[in-house]
Amino acid sequence: MRGYLPDYDLSSAENLIEAFGKLAEGEKPFAGGTDIMVLMDAGVLPAGRYFDISKLKELGGIKVLKDQVSLGALATYSEVRNHKTIQKHFPILVESAKEVGAIAIQNRGTVGGNIANASPAADFPPCLLVYEAKINLISSSGLRTLDYTQFHLGYKKSEIRPDELIQSVLLEPRFLDYHHFWRKVGSRQAQAISKTMVAAIAKVNRRKIEDIKIAFGSVAPTAVRCRKVESFLLGKKLTSEVILEAKNILTKDIQPIDDIRSTGKYRLIASQNVLEEFLCGIG
Amino acid sequence: MTWVGKSALRKEGEKKLRGEAKYIDDISLPNMIYGITIRSPIARGLLKKIEYLPGIDWKSIIKVTAKDIPGKNYVALIEKDQPYLAEERINHPEEPVLLLAHPDKNLLEKARKLVKLHIEPLPAIYRLEDALNRTEIIWGQDNVLKSYAIDRGDIEKAFKSAAHVIEGTYFTGAQEQLYIETNGVIATASKKEGIAVWGSMQCPYYVHKALVPLFGLPPEKVRVIQMETGGGFGGKEEYPSVISGHAALLAWKSKRPVKMIYDRMEDMVATTKRHPSKTQIRTAFDKNYKLLGLDIDFTIDGGAYATLSSVVLSRGTLHASGPYFSPSIRIHSRAVATNTPPHGAFRGFGAPQSLFAIEKHMDLCANQLELDPVVLRKNNLVKHGQTLGCGQVVKENLKLETVLDKALIASDFHKKRKAFAKKNKSNPIKKGIGLAVFMHGAGFTGSGETFLASIAAVKATAEGKIQVLTSNTEIGQGTNTVFSQMAADALQIDFTDIEIAQPDTAFVPNSGPTVASRTTMIVGKLVELAALDLKQKLISAQLLKEKHTRKDFLSACKKYLKKLGELKGFSQYKAPPNVVWDDQKYQGDAYGTYAWATYIAETTTDTRTFETKVEKFWAFQEVGKVINPNLARGQIIGGVAQGIGYALYEDVVWKDGKMANNKMSNYIMPTTLDIPEIEVEFMELPYEFGGGGSKGIGELPLDGPAPAILNAMENALGLELNQIPMTPERLLNRLEQTRS
Amino acid sequence: MKKLKLLVNSKTFTVDCHPFARLLDVLREELKLTGTKEGCGEGECGACSVIMDGKLVNSCLVPALQAHNKKILTVEGLSNKSMSPLQKAFIQCGGAQCGICTPGMLIAAHAMKTRKKNPSKEDIREGLSGNLCRCTGYSQIIESVQKCGERS
Repeated sequence: MRGYLPDYDLSSAENLIEAFGKLAEGEKPFAGGTDIMVLMDAGVLPAGRYFDISKLKELGGIKVLKDQVSLGALATYSEVRNHKTIQKHFPILVESAKEVGAIAIQNRGTVGGNIANASPAADFPPCLLVYEAKINLISSSGLRTLDYTQFHLGYKKSEIRPDELIQSVLLEPRFLDYHHFWRKVGSRQAQAISKTMVAAIAKVNRRKIEDIKIAFGSVAPTAVRCRKVESFLLGKKLTSEVILEAKNILTKDIQPIDDIRSTGKYRLIASQNVLEEFLCGIG
Repeated sequence: MTWVGKSALRKEGEKKLRGEAKYIDDISLPNMIYGITIRSPIARGLLKKIEYLPGIDWKSIIKVTAKDIPGKNYVALIEKDQPYLAEERINHPEEPVLLLAHPDKNLLEKARKLVKLHIEPLPAIYRLEDALNRTEIIWGQDNVLKSYAIDRGDIEKAFKSAAHVIEGTYFTGAQEQLYIETNGVIATASKKEGIAVWGSMQCPYYVHKALVPLFGLPPEKVRVIQMETGGGFGGKEEYPSVISGHAALLAWKSKRPVKMIYDRMEDMVATTKRHPSKTQIRTAFDKNYKLLGLDIDFTIDGGAYATLSSVVLSRGTLHASGPYFSPSIRIHSRAVATNTPPHGAFRGFGAPQSLFAIEKHMDLCANQLELDPVVLRKNNLVKHGQTLGCGQVVKENLKLETVLDKALIASDFHKKRKAFAKKNKSNPIKKGIGLAVFMHGAGFTGSGETFLASIAAVKATAEGKIQVLTSNTEIGQGTNTVFSQMAADALQIDFTDIEIAQPDTAFVPNSGPTVASRTTMIVGKLVELAALDLKQKLISAQLLKEKHTRKDFLSACKKYLKKLGELKGFSQYKAPPNVVWDDQKYQGDAYGTYAWATYIAETTTDTRTFETKVEKFWAFQEVGKVINPNLARGQIIGGVAQGIGYALYEDVVWKDGKMANNKMSNYIMPTTLDIPEIEVEFMELPYEFGGGGSKGIGELPLDGPAPAILNAMENALGLELNQIPMTPERLLNRLEQTRS
Repeated sequence: MKKLKLLVNSKTFTVDCHPFARLLDVLREELKLTGTKEGCGEGECGACSVIMDGKLVNSCLVPALQAHNKKILTVEGLSNKSMSPLQKAFIQCGGAQCGICTPGMLIAAHAMKTRKKNPSKEDIREGLSGNLCRCTGYSQIIESVQKCGERS
């Protein structure tokens, strides 16, 4: 344990007012700890004051309303994975939750933490991008709702302001007649940080693509929607030529790099192939 | 009731299951403080200055450098080239330079970041090829730590007259032992009281041997005690000498007990790994596909210091020709130095490297000669009365071909090859099945065991137990249990009557290290003989008859103790007759006996993501008498799992000589979802000179998986693969290479 | 430093510790419950597994503050005078070799069996996929959990 504890403090926010007060003092929120504690253990967590947000009821739970499903920022991967409505309407979220770390991590890691930590390899962002989620940011001035596609701005940079907390993510259950596809390519079958991952949904009518949304993780500074591939595929019939061309266009939507876990070349080719796997499955 | 051959329950099992077993980090001594190691950030250079940056009360922190060493600054093992603490020269990243101790473990983490080592860089080499090419001389005259040459027959003639000549080159990477319990020790040290070290280790007497010259104290003043050890696999064979010395130096200076526990990042980046290797093989066949000549060039990367590389090289060399007979043999091998942390022992110890090469090569030859890989092997398997590559005549009742046939039948090998070939044509997921046929010599090589001259003892305790005293350690493999079984049978008493003494150099004789698959076979035999020696004392004292009951025996011990005080039995190693080894020619009877095996792997490779999974595995072997079926099966399955990691997942990523992926999230070992059903079968031909009739089996399972798996992948994909770990990235590169 | 209340293995403890201290260290060093082990310090190996408020967690990733007033079960709480059926099954089937991953495995298996009384081999593999073992190759661990299921 390399973190020097006297350089840190962790207090508890009992309610939102306290939380906003702490944010104003420059304290940083702490949810499930599965990212922050790893940094603390390695001795590389930025020193300072942190505050536990796990008691904030406003950030918790999964709520099913008439035309909306709200994932509280504190909803854990386990809660997401085991939720019947999410299993029915947003199966990709369930698939991605199942493959995060292992059960002990899923019991602690949160939706909000995954989004806020903004690792390029984060598991939820690609899913939220294709389900066209909205994200609620809360501050003492009230609630601010954004399209999730507008939230991530660059590597570890996002729309969130210093006085805001992620309150929830909103999903609309309107994808029942879509194909849903999720594929995470990692180094082993469990507890794998992804080398590439794809979340994709598509509505196909008589072999023609009526609607399609594709997002990749781990192959760009943030999770990305593949706009060029999507606009190419929209309205087309899925022939082998179309699929081949889609694979080529993918190179313009993602920028995979070499790093300690894999190579840019591998990530690119594996990404193209899982895209192909998805398209062949819906054609 | 006899115990050998039964699945007696693990002797220390209940403690472990209750969470009550005491590993070194579970205990504390009064007045104890903590120690950490400050290490070089670069691979090679001249140490100019140690700078202590402001931000901490340095006066309260104990510091130890090379200057504080009371005795000699080298780690006694084989050569004297490795310092405990660097003095002027740095030869590898993470080389220990400075030791710090303080009562506040957490404060030391702050101190760790406030030491700056000023090192003037020197050119460094990191690759085996650079060492061979002498890009830079970093060790001795030519970077060669050790070399061997085996020459027999007329190799040039063999190649000139051959009908077929096939060449191949094979590479294996480093592998981290990754015991789940990291290295750790507690040491106390003073001139008056001497040195005492408790710790996680395989060989207390190795640590003892290293601490004696470090402190310049007589041997009786050094005491080493093994605690419950959470895995070793060779990674705690020689390395504990280093951490023990460090903790003891801090204890010496601070005059307080010092606990030093490595965290995972430090353990992975700074301690030993399996030696990477490069093997070039040329085989000459006659027109009937029989070997005429086998020419092997084998190189291993030893890292910056000699440590155990000469012995790893030896074992790799002696196993390099596999279980095949060739009238002409040339095996030339060497261990070279590079500026990386020294490589060391890891289960298999050179044999997994060289056996990978020969077993890959046999499949290469089969493919090029358009022969079935089983047919080519059967054509060349060594027979009773023929010599192995090292010159050893196979005198034992060899059943290798039977083991091979059984494995082929159980796995449906040939049928599957046909079926997969068909299915693969139209499927992006390619299935393959491959095999490896091999052997592993148990015990120390050649005259090694004679040189060790191991001693074992048993003694009758006042509480009515028989205590086994050896320096062989329980590290999960079952030492405590099999020793109890063998001693109980020797004395015709109960498994529960036997107690195993904690390996503490103050109380147990030196029965040699817990390595080389020798513990059950060699030391088990010594335990049996020591027990018989104790029994003989009772018979000579006329307190016991040759034929006796358990009650008779225990009561005789009681009487003896009352009348004569101590009751102990001893034995010392004597080499089996007719084992002749020539150290000069490096040929002869390299090992007392071999275990013989055939491993078969069934794999699927997804050609979209290039990921390979082992779907099913068969591990069939002839191992002498199986002392404890449950434990033996556990050893094979555990070894196969490590072998699967070696073949597919465990890639050490090197950056400037340092392991860059030194975290468990980035160094990939298999999880429950990555290991298939592994079918294990034993054939038993009792070995006369092994305890209970056993042969060593601990390392055997590391030799087969990697070549079997790669042979399966080749079968599936129709291309040649010659490197492990064969990660998806490497497979992709290889596929592109073949296409272009 | 904060005064925290932990309910561990049905006993209440009050500890004075840093709120950011790892639950793993509080258990081992303050409460002297050394059965829970450290293997990796990053939630990868599962050797530090405990059950907190009924859920399996890696105690190396839980800060002490968040364990305040929580119910915690460690390996020491799995047995009393006699071992649990699961522990006995581990001994019968060879599920423990060096023993260092064993406490974590037992806790993870215990958590799984609370969710599913008779898990299949696949369930067991998935339930234990967050626990690394270097000795056994997992087979005999899985058999131990299965055998225990059959018995009870």
